[in-house]
Amino acid sequence: MNESTTTALLYLNGVSVSFDGFRALNNLSFSVEPGEMRAIIGPNGAGKTTMMDVVTGKTRPDGGDVFFEGRHDLSKLDETQIATLGIGRKFQKPTVFEMHTVEDNLLLALKNDRRPRATMRWRETDDERDRIDRILGTIRLAPLRDRPAGSLAHGQKQWLEIGMLLAQEPKLLLVDEPVAGMTDAETRQTAELLKEINRDKTIIVVEHDMTFVRELGVKVICLHEGSAIAEGTIDQVSSNERVIEVYLGR
Amino acid sequence: MRFLRDRFVALLLAALIAAVAAPAAQAASLAEALTKFTTDEFSDTAEAIADVAGSGDARATTIIEALQDGRLLYNGEQKTVFYKDKSGKLIDAATGQAVAGDPPANLAAVRINNRIRRSIDAALGELTLRAPDPAKRFDAAQAVFKSRDANALESLDAAIAKETDLRVKKAFAEARAAIVLYQAETSEADKLDAVAVVRARGDQDALQLLGGLPNETPASVRTAARDAVAAMQSQQAMWSTVQNVWYGLSLGSVLLLAAIGLAITFGVMGVINMAHGEMVMLGAYVTFAVQELIRTNNPGLFDYSLFIAVPLAFVVTGLVGILIEQGIIRFLYGRPLETLLATWGLSLVLQQAVRTAFGPTNKEVGAPSWMSGAFNIGQINVTYGRLWIIVFTLAVFAALLALLRFTRLGLEMRAVTQNRSMAASMGIRTARVDALTFGLGSGIAGIAGVALSQIDNVSPNLGQSYIIDSFLVVVFGGVGNLWGTLVGAFTLGIANKFLEPFAGAVLGKIAILVLIILFIQKRPRGLFALKGRAVEA
Amino acid sequence: MMTGPILRILGRSGVLFLSAVIAVALIVPFCNLVFPPSSPLHVPTYLVALWGKYICYAILALSIDLIWGYCGILSLGHGAFFALGGYAMGMYLMRQIGTRGVYGNPILPDFMVFLNWPELPIYWYGFQHFPYALLMIVAVPGLLAFVFGWFAFRSRVTGVYLSIITQALTFALLLGFFRNNFGFGGNNGLTDFKDILGFNVQAQGTRAALFAISCIALAIGFIICRALVTSKFGKVLVAIRDAEARTRFLGYRAESYKLFVFTLSACMAGIAGALYVPQVGIINPSEFSPANSIEAVIWVAVGGRGTLTGAVVGAILVNYAKTFFTSGTLVPYWIMGGCVVIALAGLSWQRLQTLYGAAAGAALAAGITQINYVGPIGSFVLAGLFILVAMGRGWHALPVGAIFGALAFGFLSTPLATLGLAPFWLFALGGLFVAVTLLLPRGVVGTLEQWWTEWQEAAAAKQLAKPDAAQPMTSGEPSPRPAE
Repeated sequence: MNESTTTALLYLNGVSVSFDGFRALNNLSFSVEPGEMRAIIGPNGAGKTTMMDVVTGKTRPDGGDVFFEGRHDLSKLDETQIATLGIGRKFQKPTVFEMHTVEDNLLLALKNDRRPRATMRWRETDDERDRIDRILGTIRLAPLRDRPAGSLAHGQKQWLEIGMLLAQEPKLLLVDEPVAGMTDAETRQTAELLKEINRDKTIIVVEHDMTFVRELGVKVICLHEGSAIAEGTIDQVSSNERVIEVYLGR
Repeated sequence: MRFLRDRFVALLLAALIAAVAAPAAQAASLAEALTKFTTDEFSDTAEAIADVAGSGDARATTIIEALQDGRLLYNGEQKTVFYKDKSGKLIDAATGQAVAGDPPANLAAVRINNRIRRSIDAALGELTLRAPDPAKRFDAAQAVFKSRDANALESLDAAIAKETDLRVKKAFAEARAAIVLYQAETSEADKLDAVAVVRARGDQDALQLLGGLPNETPASVRTAARDAVAAMQSQQAMWSTVQNVWYGLSLGSVLLLAAIGLAITFGVMGVINMAHGEMVMLGAYVTFAVQELIRTNNPGLFDYSLFIAVPLAFVVTGLVGILIEQGIIRFLYGRPLETLLATWGLSLVLQQAVRTAFGPTNKEVGAPSWMSGAFNIGQINVTYGRLWIIVFTLAVFAALLALLRFTRLGLEMRAVTQNRSMAASMGIRTARVDALTFGLGSGIAGIAGVALSQIDNVSPNLGQSYIIDSFLVVVFGGVGNLWGTLVGAFTLGIANKFLEPFAGAVLGKIAILVLIILFIQKRPRGLFALKGRAVEA
Repeated sequence: MMTGPILRILGRSGVLFLSAVIAVALIVPFCNLVFPPSSPLHVPTYLVALWGKYICYAILALSIDLIWGYCGILSLGHGAFFALGGYAMGMYLMRQIGTRGVYGNPILPDFMVFLNWPELPIYWYGFQHFPYALLMIVAVPGLLAFVFGWFAFRSRVTGVYLSIITQALTFALLLGFFRNNFGFGGNNGLTDFKDILGFNVQAQGTRAALFAISCIALAIGFIICRALVTSKFGKVLVAIRDAEARTRFLGYRAESYKLFVFTLSACMAGIAGALYVPQVGIINPSEFSPANSIEAVIWVAVGGRGTLTGAVVGAILVNYAKTFFTSGTLVPYWIMGGCVVIALAGLSWQRLQTLYGAAAGAALAAGITQINYVGPIGSFVLAGLFILVAMGRGWHALPVGAIFGALAFGFLSTPLATLGLAPFWLFALGGLFVAVTLLLPRGVVGTLEQWWTEWQEAAAAKQLAKPDAAQPMTSGEPSPRPAE
C-alpha cells in the first residue's frame, strides 16, 4: 500500500455524506494524533453521529478521505474490518447484549481471534479470566457479573459498554455521549475513567455536557451542519462567535 | 371489429337466416341445378354446387351449407331435394317451403368427400363475396385467401371492381394475389405484384403462403418471395416482442394490484401479512356472491356487477383487515417474524373457512359483456378483460398516490413509514395509522380479488398462487415509495413473459428468483429504498 | 475421558433428554421385534414407522431451532433441504430396485423408461453406491444452503426479507421438481423402493433398525447443536440474533457465522429427510411446498425456540396430535392455523384464563356425555388439568369460561356428531393448542424452564423472607423474552 502520508492516527479530509439531498457531513476535515483525546461538540443534527458512522464503516462517505494510521482507507472497509483494525465504538444509546450476562458481554468483547473456527474452539484461559475480573472491577459491576445485561440500570449499561470497549483493547475509542443519563458523581467518575484510559489509548468523545467536556480538559472541535466551525481548547471554542451563535447560545 | 376466422360458421348462420327470409327469385335455374344432387355422383354434386352458387339465388348459401353439414337430403326417384334447417324442420330446397305433414319416404343425405368439401368451401367463399354486409365480404375474402381456389378468381375480379369499402377491397386484392401466385398460367409481372400485395399483409398466413410457393414459380418471383418472407419474419419478431410486452404488462398489473397493499403495510408497519393472498381471495368471493345475488334477483344488473363488487370488496376485506390488526397484529409489534407466522396461521383459517362455506371447487364468476371479447392491434391480440384490468390497476394506483399525497391519513402514513418514533412524538396516533393502513392494504387486496376473479379460477387457493410473486415484487421494488412497487411489478411481469418462451414457465420463475437474489446483492432494500440514519432497523 | 466435557455441555436437562432418546431407540425396536403381536408389550410395526417419521421431523425441528432460536434466521424454506436429502436417499433406493421394476430395466428407474429416456442422466450417476449417496445427502442441501446463504447474508438480507426469499426458494424448487424433465419422477416422485443396503425396506427388522438409527441421528444432532450453542460460538450467535450491528462493531463477521450455522442446519435437515424417505416409502415434490416448511417452524414455536429439547418435543407433540386426531385431510388446517395465531398473539392473562376455563368446561362436558376418544376418565383428567393451570393464574374468569365452554360443547356436539366426532375433537384440540400457545410464547419447554427457575428463586427467597405467594405470574413476565 501507499506510504504513510500523515502521522495522525485518524485523518479525515473533505468528507461529505448526504442522505436524499440532505448533507449530513459537508466537507469535514480534522485529524487526531496518536495518544490524543479529542472532544466533539455541536448541536443536534450537526453530523456527530454520522461522522462516527463514517469512521466505523456503517456509512460510506460520498467523497473525501478517511485514513486510519495513515495506511488504512476506512471508506473502503466494512464495520468488521474496521473493528479488527482497532477502532472501538460506544453507542449513543447503550447497546449491550441484553440476553447475555454481564460477564459474557465482556467475554464477547475481549480481544481475540474473531473468526468462526477460532470462536468454536475457544476455551477460557486464566489470563482472560483475570482480564475480565479486572475490567469488572474498573466498571464496578463485579457483583452483577451473572446478571443478564438487559436487567441493568441505564447508567450501568453505559459503564458495561465502556467496559466492553476496554476489553476490545482498541487503538482508537469512539465514545458517543458517555454520560447521558448519569448523575453528577457518575459523570465525574466517567471523566476520570476516560482520562485513565487515555494514558495509552486515543479517544474521540462526542458529548453535549459542557461541564464534562471541561472536566476532560482536551482539545475540542465544534461541528455545525456537517462541517467543523471551530477547533481549539474548550475556552477558545466556547468564546468563538459562531459557536455561541449556533450552539451555546448567548 | 371481431373478425375471427373461427366465427365463419356463425356468420354463415346469419346468412342462412337472411336467405330464408328473402323471396325466391330464380327458382327455375335453382331447381335445375338441384336435380344434379339427386344422382349422388360426386362429379354431379360438384357441378350442382357450382350451379347453385352461380344461380344467384338467395337460398344458395343455405343449401350449400346444409350439404356441408350433411343436412341436404334427396329422393332419387322423385328427383326432389330437401334440407333440414337447424331446428330439424324439413324444407323443400326448390321452393323454400316447409314440408307439411309426414316427410317423404326414402330420403338419403347427399354424400360428400374431400374434393366436394373443397368445392363447398370455395362456393361459400364466392357466395359471400357478394354479401351485402362488408364484414361478411371481408371474411369471405379471408377464406378465399386460404383456399386459393382458382374458380373464385372471376367473381373476385368482379367483386374488386364493385367494392367500395377500402378494407374489404384490400382483402380482396390479397385473396386475388394468393390465387395468382398459385396459378401456373399467370405472368411473371403479375406474380411479382402479387408478392408485393401479400408481403404488405405481413401475417402468419401470408408467411405460409409465400413459404410454400409451387415449384414451377419463376426464379425472380421466388427471390422476391424469399425477401418478403425475411422482411415479414423480422416484422413478426417485432410484433411478438410487442405481444410479450403486452402479456407482461397484463401480468404486471395483476402483480401490482396484489402487491401494492402488501407494500403499504410492510412500509408503514414493517409487517408482512401472509394472509394478504386470502384477502385477495375474499375479494374474489365477494364478486362471486354479488353476481349470485344479481343472477337470482335482478339479472339485468349483471353488466354492473363489478361496479357493485369493487366497493363492496374493498369495504369487506378492509374491515376484515382492521379486525385482524386489532385482534392479532397489534399484540405482536416489534416481533415481525412472529407476525409472519401468526398471519400465516390466519391464512389457513381463512382458506378453510371459505372452503367450508363455499366448498373446495372453483366458482364460476362471469365477465360482464363490456369485458368480454378482443380486438387486434397490428398482429397482437388484445382482450378487453386484460385491457380493463390494466386500466383499472393504474386507476387504483393513481388513487392511492393521491391518497398518500393529499390526505391527512396519507401524510401520517408517510411520516410513520419514514420514522415511526419521530412521528409518534409529533403526536401522530401511530396505532390508529397502523389499523387504517392495514385496513387500506387489505381493502386494496380485496379489489385485486375482484379483478383476478375475471381472469383466474375463484377457489380457496386463489390467493396462494399470487402471494409469493407479490412478495418478490415488494422485495424487488423496495418499500417507502409506491413507484418502486409499480416498477417492480411491471419489471417482474415483463421479465416473466420474456423468459417463458426461452426457459418455460417454471424455469422462468426460477430464473427470476435467482435474478432477484443477485439484484439484492446490489440493492439490499430494493429499487426505491429509504435512506438516512433512521432506516437502520 | 470424553464423557466429562460432554456431560458439562449437555447439562442436566440435556442428559435427561438424551437418556430418553436412547431409551426409546432401544426399547421400541426391542418391543417390536422380541414380543409376539399377541403380547401386550408388543409395539406394532406401523407404530414403529410412524414414530420413526416423528423422529425425522424432530431432527428437522432441531435444525430449524438452531438457526431461528439461536441466530434469529427464520427460514420458511427448510423443508427444501429436508426434501433434497430425501431425494438423494430416494435416488439411491431407486437404483437398488434394478430389474425388479415394472419394466425390468437394470439401470433406468421405471419413470424414465416410461418417459422413453434413452439413458441415465449424469446427475443420477453414482447413486447406486451407498457412500456416494450418503455424501450427496449432506452435500446437496449443504451446498445449496451455502450458495444461497452466501448471497443472502453477504448482502445483509435479514428478518422478514430473508424469510420471504427462503420461501420463494422452496417454491421454485417445488415447481421444478413437479416437472418430468427434471428427472426426479415429476409429480409422482420416487417410490416403490425395495432394498436398502440389501435389506428389504418393508421388513420389520429393517424398520426397527431405521427407527433406532433415526434416534441415534437425533441424539448426535442434539449433542452437536448443544455443544455449538453452549460454546463461545453460540454466544456470538445469540449476540447476532439480538444485536447484529453491535456484533459487527465488535469485529465479528456476522455473515460467516450465519453462513456456517445455516449450512450446518441444512445438512441436518438433509439427513432428516434421508432417514424419512425409507420409513415412509415415498418422496414427492409436495415435500417442497411452502406450507410444509412453515408447519415445521410451528413445531419449534410450540415446543419453544431457543431450547433444543423444545424443538424435539414440539415436533413430536404436534405431529402426534395431527395423526391421532385427524381422519380427514382438511382438518389439520384448522388446528395449524388456529394454533399459529393464538400461539403468538400473546393476549392478556385474563382472556387466556377464560379460554382455559372454556377448554375445561368443554372437556368436562365431553367426559359426562362420554363422546370422545380418550374415554370419560381422560376427559376429566384433562378438565382438571385445565382448571389447575387456570387456577394458577387466579380464579375470576374461570367459572364464566367453564360455563361458556360447556354450552359451546352442547351446541356443537350434536351437529358435529352427525359428521363424525373427529372434526369436533379437532376443533377442541385446535382450541387447546391455541390456548396453550397463546399462553406460551416461549413454547412448552421454554415455559417449563421458566417456571423451574422461578420456583427455585422463590425457594431461595423463602429462606430470607416470607414470600409473596400468589403474585409471580399475574404481573406479566419480568425477564426479557428472546428477541427476534
